[in-house]
Amino acid sequence: MTHTAHFKVWRGDAEGGGLADYDIEVNEGEVVLDIIHRLQATQAPDLAVRWNCKAGKCGSCSAEINGRPRLLCMTRMSVFDPAETVTVTPMRAFPVMRDLVTDVSFNYTKAREVPAFVPPPELEPGEYRMMQEDVGRSQEFRKCIECFLCQDTCHVVRDHEENKPAFAGPRFLMRVAELDMHPLDAAAESGLDRKRTAQEEHGLGYCNITKCCTEVCPENIKITDNALIPLKERAADRKYDPLVWLGNKIRRRGE
Amino acid sequence: MTQPERQAWDVVVVGAGGAGLRAAIEAREQGARTAVICKSLFGKAHTVMAEGGIAASMGNVNEGDNWQVHFRDTMRGGKFLNDWRMAELHAREAPDRVWELETWGALFDRTADGRISQRNFGGHEYPRLAHVGDRTGLELIRTLQQKIVSLQQEDFREFGDHEARLKVFQECTITRVLKDESRGEDGGAVSGVFAYERESGRFFVIESPAVVLATGGIGKSFKVTSNSWEYTGDGHALALLAGARLTNMEFVQFHPTGMVWPPSVKGILVTESVRGDGGVLRNSDGKRFMFDYVPDVFKDKYAKTEEEGDRWYEDADNNRRPPELLPRDEVARAINAEVKAGRGSPHGGVFLDVSTRMPAETIRRRLPSMHHQFKELADVDITAEPMEVGPTCHYVMGGVWVEPDTAQARGVTGLYAAGEVAGGMHGSNRLGGNSLSDLLVFGRRAGLHAAQYALGLGGGRPAVDPGTVDAAADEALRPFSAGAGAGEQTAGDSGENPYTLHQELQTTMNDLVGIIRRGGEMTEALQQLARLRARARRAGVEGHRQFNPGWHLALDLRNMLLVSECVARAALEREESRGGHTREDHPEMDRQWRRVNLLCRLADGGDDTPFGKEPAGDAAAGPGRGRIELVRHTTPHIRRDLLALFEKDELAKYLPDEELFQ
Repeated sequence: MTHTAHFKVWRGDAEGGGLADYDIEVNEGEVVLDIIHRLQATQAPDLAVRWNCKAGKCGSCSAEINGRPRLLCMTRMSVFDPAETVTVTPMRAFPVMRDLVTDVSFNYTKAREVPAFVPPPELEPGEYRMMQEDVGRSQEFRKCIECFLCQDTCHVVRDHEENKPAFAGPRFLMRVAELDMHPLDAAAESGLDRKRTAQEEHGLGYCNITKCCTEVCPENIKITDNALIPLKERAADRKYDPLVWLGNKIRRRGE
Repeated sequence: MTQPERQAWDVVVVGAGGAGLRAAIEAREQGARTAVICKSLFGKAHTVMAEGGIAASMGNVNEGDNWQVHFRDTMRGGKFLNDWRMAELHAREAPDRVWELETWGALFDRTADGRISQRNFGGHEYPRLAHVGDRTGLELIRTLQQKIVSLQQEDFREFGDHEARLKVFQECTITRVLKDESRGEDGGAVSGVFAYERESGRFFVIESPAVVLATGGIGKSFKVTSNSWEYTGDGHALALLAGARLTNMEFVQFHPTGMVWPPSVKGILVTESVRGDGGVLRNSDGKRFMFDYVPDVFKDKYAKTEEEGDRWYEDADNNRRPPELLPRDEVARAINAEVKAGRGSPHGGVFLDVSTRMPAETIRRRLPSMHHQFKELADVDITAEPMEVGPTCHYVMGGVWVEPDTAQARGVTGLYAAGEVAGGMHGSNRLGGNSLSDLLVFGRRAGLHAAQYALGLGGGRPAVDPGTVDAAADEALRPFSAGAGAGEQTAGDSGENPYTLHQELQTTMNDLVGIIRRGGEMTEALQQLARLRARARRAGVEGHRQFNPGWHLALDLRNMLLVSECVARAALEREESRGGHTREDHPEMDRQWRRVNLLCRLADGGDDTPFGKEPAGDAAAGPGRGRIELVRHTTPHIRRDLLALFEKDELAKYLPDEELFQ
């Protein structure tokens, strides 16, 4: 049940680095994070890695395993052939801090650019009434554990640093969709058109629905189908529907 | 030594889980400039792992519910050891704290008429837990995180700076609360905190008259635990070192249902919702054994037969609940006993089954995380086969001894504590769902009172003494020079491996101060802890200060050892069994112990300045001497109108005669 596996782990910092080789014991039922921890305890005490819950709930231990964005804690060793070399590298879309730890501040910056939920002014706390079928859509997006693997894999920014300022990434476009589909969000009443900002301020147009984000999502959220495509459709309705256009004109004039 | 960079804030909140974020929101809304400091990234706190729900007597599902019933359940669950004022405030304020989350964007599961749905849980008389599937903690954290962001957006509009009045210092760790001994109460007054940044290893000081500890629990001192790496008892230890006292530290909750296989996931939580929604526990004979384990104090509140228990899910008014929904301490002990009697599952647990109780589709909808977790980590499909589960260290009831209304640490001006790091609220055992509500109720109160105190001080704030800053820096750097100068180790020794020390500590606590305790074993544990403490002084690290986990662990060891000693010492002293403290050599609950709180404080009176100097020969001195000393405190009588909520017959099971007839 126990075997020795060959690992290559990226070691280094912002200045540079490379893959280091390790031979390490693997036991039945273990995940890649267990192996990284064993390396720390026995061979590389200063090997930097982020992790918290080790149960796939916090989204801290994101990295790339054999080039594929994954959570270290949810990748079982049994998916690899015992003779196979397992290569663990930091997320490529973000600057390296040290070893497997990257600077993910891009995501926190983008989070701040999405205007918050606007509570309906006429309702007091405790007066909110929403039907389950109406909250279900946004609830799917709120399953997001912010592992940022979708941000890492999205080709719009993965190899295109220059797109970062204009593009919120799948996670935060999905946040816009979540708020837009919230049954009681009063953004529109406050003069904020979330669909329009998705297009004009958060870079929805860069997304050409290749679904890479959906494929890597450890929560199996249908980011593309359920968030991004509907948001694109709604944004398009807004933009090109002459009635909507006229309605906007008239309302604006009346204000 | 060069003095580290200093910043000044009105309130510092240590920890960014539910309690910390709620405290920060309140402090900021009171007008205090507030800094939040957290060990992980913003939004990753241990609160995300809470699954079942937030207990609040909104009465959305059963109109019979109200704060008095919630209060009663909480006191029963804690076997009447609870600080009754905290339990009262908690039960009264929890609904407002939940409703307020909706105004910040939270999306709870709904009832048919569109209100917040509430689910059953162990020890709660009515369906009471607001929830989102089995990922309620994530919803809570995300909602609070997004509320913080919205406050930062307000500040950006007003000041052009998101962090003008509310800043999160993520991936930073506090190693010392700093004090001005000439101010405040006997224990001095808080003047700031000493911290290091994980990324760079850089030290910094925040000058602040008010510090809110919201650091969570201590589970990483035990081998089998549901807790994340952050749970190293930092706030507990910081409070002790700042002169505060800890109460009820002998009470550690072992959640009855953790995963037991495969070994690498042993301890990961299996939510109580599985039982709340109809799951049952069986032994290797296929028997629902919980019917054999209903203790006398609960006999008339639980079903006598499987049929009655099953009917209760549909008709709660005319049937009693199944004993699978007893408070956690009872269920954990029962599982332990079944395994010990040889009726366990193949991997040393018992069977928890929903597959024969609900359609597969319902299971996937109501328990999506559990379905996912077992499939991904254990190759078990919970819609088709039972889970194997066993007890796992989950929560510490003990914590900082606080004023119930203000959350201030008694005796230390400017220090506050909320959430798991605070003690008293849950007595000897916490009910499921009462943690998330506790975080919100007392997080808000801590933030409110910390802000009011800080803003009321005006300009004359307690001062940070450069000497203590130097001492804190020396202490934090010691692991880098462990191989030299300490004089205690042999030549060529590069110091003790912190990972090895941690594993030995976990084994000691798990085996000797675990779910079932014996006097002799705890005496042995105290001796082992003393030896580990001496070795931890020589914990050494390789590499440099940038994001070095070995160094971080070496520093966390101080906290884990202090807290472990508190647990072991208090557990040895309390010669009865109650809630999360089970003594094989004193198996009965003793009414005379009800009003006794065991307070832990640092030996030699308060702080050990200059930091890090331990008494000579400490390790050899045995369990009689350590860093911690115990003080017995008799708690005030329960207020008369609160007592009147119970039948006299029930009170007689818990309260000594003199209390009954007072």
